[in-house]
Amino acid sequence: MRTICFYFQVHQPFRLKPYRFFDIGEDHDYYDTFSNKSIMRKVAEKCYLPMNSLLLELVEKYAGKFKVSFSISGTALDQFEAYAPEVLESFQKLVKTGHVELMNETYTHSLCGLKSKEEFIRLITKHQERIKELFDGYSPKVFRNTELIYSDEIGATVAQLGYKAILTEGAKHVLGWKSPNFVYLNAIEPKLKVLLKNFRLSDDIAFRFSNRSWADWPMTTEKFVTWINQIPQEEETLNLFMDYETFGEHQWAESGIFEFMRHLPDTVLNHSNFTFSTPSEVVENIPPVGKIHVPIPISWADEERDLTAWLGNDLQDEAFDRLYELEELVKSSEDPEIQRDWEYLQTSDHFYYMCTKFFADGDIHTYFSPYENPYEAFINYMNVLSDFILRLKSTAVKKPKTVKK
Amino acid sequence: MKVLMFGWEFPPHISGGLGTACYGLVKGMMHQKTDVIFVVPKLWGDEEPLADFVNASSVTIDYTERRFKEIWKNLTYLEVTSFLIPYLGPEEYERFTDKSLHDRIDVDESVFAKQFSFSGKYGKDLMMEVSRYALVAAQIAKDKSHDIIHAHDWLAFPAGIAAKEISGKPLVVHVHATEYDRTGKNVNLQVYEIERSGMEAADHIIAVSQLTKNTIVSKYGIPEEKVTVIHNAVLDASIIQHGARKKVPEKIVTFLGRITYQKGPEYFIEAAAKVLKRDENVRFVMAGSGDLLHKMVNRVAELRIATKFHFTGFLKGGDVDEMFAISDVYVMPSVSEPFGISPLEAVRHNTPVIISKQSGVAEVLQNAIKVDFWDIDSMADAIFGLLHYDGISRMFREMGSNELKKLKWEQVALKVMDTYQHTLTKNV
Repeated sequence: MRTICFYFQVHQPFRLKPYRFFDIGEDHDYYDTFSNKSIMRKVAEKCYLPMNSLLLELVEKYAGKFKVSFSISGTALDQFEAYAPEVLESFQKLVKTGHVELMNETYTHSLCGLKSKEEFIRLITKHQERIKELFDGYSPKVFRNTELIYSDEIGATVAQLGYKAILTEGAKHVLGWKSPNFVYLNAIEPKLKVLLKNFRLSDDIAFRFSNRSWADWPMTTEKFVTWINQIPQEEETLNLFMDYETFGEHQWAESGIFEFMRHLPDTVLNHSNFTFSTPSEVVENIPPVGKIHVPIPISWADEERDLTAWLGNDLQDEAFDRLYELEELVKSSEDPEIQRDWEYLQTSDHFYYMCTKFFADGDIHTYFSPYENPYEAFINYMNVLSDFILRLKSTAVKKPKTVKK
Repeated sequence: MKVLMFGWEFPPHISGGLGTACYGLVKGMMHQKTDVIFVVPKLWGDEEPLADFVNASSVTIDYTERRFKEIWKNLTYLEVTSFLIPYLGPEEYERFTDKSLHDRIDVDESVFAKQFSFSGKYGKDLMMEVSRYALVAAQIAKDKSHDIIHAHDWLAFPAGIAAKEISGKPLVVHVHATEYDRTGKNVNLQVYEIERSGMEAADHIIAVSQLTKNTIVSKYGIPEEKVTVIHNAVLDASIIQHGARKKVPEKIVTFLGRITYQKGPEYFIEAAAKVLKRDENVRFVMAGSGDLLHKMVNRVAELRIATKFHFTGFLKGGDVDEMFAISDVYVMPSVSEPFGISPLEAVRHNTPVIISKQSGVAEVLQNAIKVDFWDIDSMADAIFGLLHYDGISRMFREMGSNELKKLKWEQVALKVMDTYQHTLTKNV
C-alpha cells in the first residue's frame, strides 16, 4: 500500500497591541483586538471557509477515499469562537464525516516543550479538553508539536502521554541518506511512531505553487502525479504537511490552488497507486523501518530546520527566559486572567517576530510580522511582559494575607 | 533693531535641542521687544506667533537679480550628493521624514526653480536643501529690511552668508553644536567646511558654552576674541501641564535624547546593569530614537535586564513632560554635549540630574552630579545614591529649582542683543 497523508496546520496568534512604557502598571489588556479580528475575518473569507467547503465536497464525493488531517491551535479555536464562529462550525462538519482526523498540540502554540515538561503536558491536556468539548468528545491519537519541533526527548514525553505517533520535519541533516517516505520510531520510546514531512513535495504546493520563476510553474495535478510516481515503490508514505493558510492566503485563489486541490484526488486515485490516509491510518497500516535519532531539536522552519527562527539571538533568549522564569509564580496564582495571558504570551509567533536572520529567510519573516523590525517586536513584548510581572507579583504578595484570614 | 534670523526647525516640529533653543531665544527677544524675522525651510502653520515667520518654501526667487549669480557660483559645491550625517541617523530619517516629501526626485523642483518646497527635515536631500535655503535667504535679505543677520548652526550658515552678501548687514552665527560633537572623530568634511566658512564669514560668533568655544578656537582656527559664550536657558516651569502620574511601583531613571554616539547611550545601559545588580526596585527608561537604537536594544537583551530597562521610541510634547515628571533621576551621559538643555528641563520638573563633565550645561548647573561619561562606576554610584539617599536628592531638587530662576531666556536674549550692539558698533 502506498498512501498520501495530508496534514494542515491551522493557527492564529493573539497579536499584541502597541504597548508603551507609559502603559505599564495601568493597562492590562495586551491584545490587538482590531487586527486579530480583522486578520481572522480576512483569512476566514480567503482560506478557511472556501477551503473547508471544498474539502467537505471532496470528502463526500470520494466517500472515504480522500482524507485529510488538521491540527488547530487553541488560540485559533478561541479566535474562531470570538470572530468567526461559522469557521468553527465548518470544521465540526468536516470532522463529523469521519474522514478528517484532528491532532493535538500545545494549547497556545507554545515553545514550552523546549523548556518545561510540566507546562508542556499541561498545555497539551488543555488542548485535549478543548478539542473534546468542541468536537463531540473527539480524542486525538496523534500529536504534532508547535512548528513541528521535535527531538527524541520531546517524543518520549509525547509517548508517555499515550499518543501513537508524532509528526515532524524530514530534515535533511537528520535523515542523511534516508528517505522521509517511511514510518520511523522514536529513539527513546519506540512505541511512538514518527511521521516525517516530505519537504520537497510539500513546499512545491505550500511555497512554490504560484512562483512564476520556478522552472516547474505552472504546477498541475498531472505533473504532481508524475513526480509521485517517480518515488521508489518501496517508499510507502508521502507526508504532505503545510500551513492551512497556504490555500487562498499564501497562495491566492487566482493562482489556481483551489482548482489544483479539487482535481488532485481524482488524478492521484486514477493515475497512481497512491491512496489517501490520515496519520493514524498511516501508522496503523505501514510498518516502521527503524528508529530515527534526533538528539537536537528540529523544526520545519527556514533552510536550517532548527530553532533559530524563535530562539537563539539575544532578544529571543532574553524574552524566552524572562517569561519561563515566571512559571512557578504563575502556577501559584488562581487568577484566570493571569493564566490566560501567561498562555497567550507563550505563543511562538511572538518570538518569531524577534528573529534577526535578515538574509535568505528574512523576507518570509517580515511577511508574517506586524512589526517593522525585530527590535520593535522585542520592545513591545518586554513592555507587556513587564506589566504582566507586576500583576503577577502583586497577586503573589496578596495571597498569603488571604490565607491568614 | 530688526533681526533677520535663519533657523532650521521650530517647535512643535523639532527633532532636538536646536528647535527648543531657537524657541526660547525668540521668546526671550520678544520679551525684550526686539523684532525678529524668523526664517525656516518649512512652516507647518501651528508655530506660536512669536516672530515674523517666513516660510522659505513659499519665497519666489527673482532670477533677474544679478547679485544672486555670485551666490550661485559659491553654492555649486554644495550640490554634491553625499552621505550626510547631520543630527539624525538613517533610521531616524525614516521615522521623522514624511516619505512622500523625502523620496521625491523632482523633475521641476530643482535648486534653481523659482519656488521650492522644503521638507525642512534631515533627509537625503539635505545638502540640496541647504543650498537652496541660501538662495532663498538672498531673496529675503533683498526684500525685508533688517539691521543684523543671525544664523543658527551649519544648516543655516550658507543662508546667513548669502543674506550678508546681499544686504551687507553684519552676520552673527550661533553655534549650538559642531561636527566634532556629533560625530566624534569621523568628521564629515563637507559639513566641517560649511561650519568653518560660516564662522569665518561671520562678524561675530556666539557659542553655547565654553566647551563649544574651545572647539571653535582649537578645531576651526577662529580667534578667541571673535567668540562670545552665551549659555542656553530653560523655559518657565509655569508652562508645564501637571497631572502625570507614575503607574509603576519602582523608581524610574531616565535617559532622554537622540540615541546616537554623541549622547553616550551605551554608558547609561552599562551603569543601569550595575545598579540593577544591587537594587531590583528600579526601572530604567531610554527615551528617544537614533542610529544606535537597535544596538542598544541588543545590549539590554544581552545583559538580561530587559524587564527593567525600557525603550519608548521618540517622544513628543506632552510625553516628554510626562517622562520627566515621573522620573526619579535623569541622566545625560553625553560624550560631547555643546550645551544640553534637557537636564535643565528635568530640573524644571524637580527631577535630580546626573550630567557628564563633557557637557556645556555642566558649566552653569551647580546642583547636579557630574561624572565623566565613560565612568560607568561613578554613574552607577550616583544613580544609586540619588535613589536611596533622600537627603541629596531633596537638596538637589530645592536648590536646582532656585538655580533655574537665574537661567532665563530673557537674560539670554539680553546678552545676545549686547552682542548685536557690540558687532554693529564694531562694524560702523
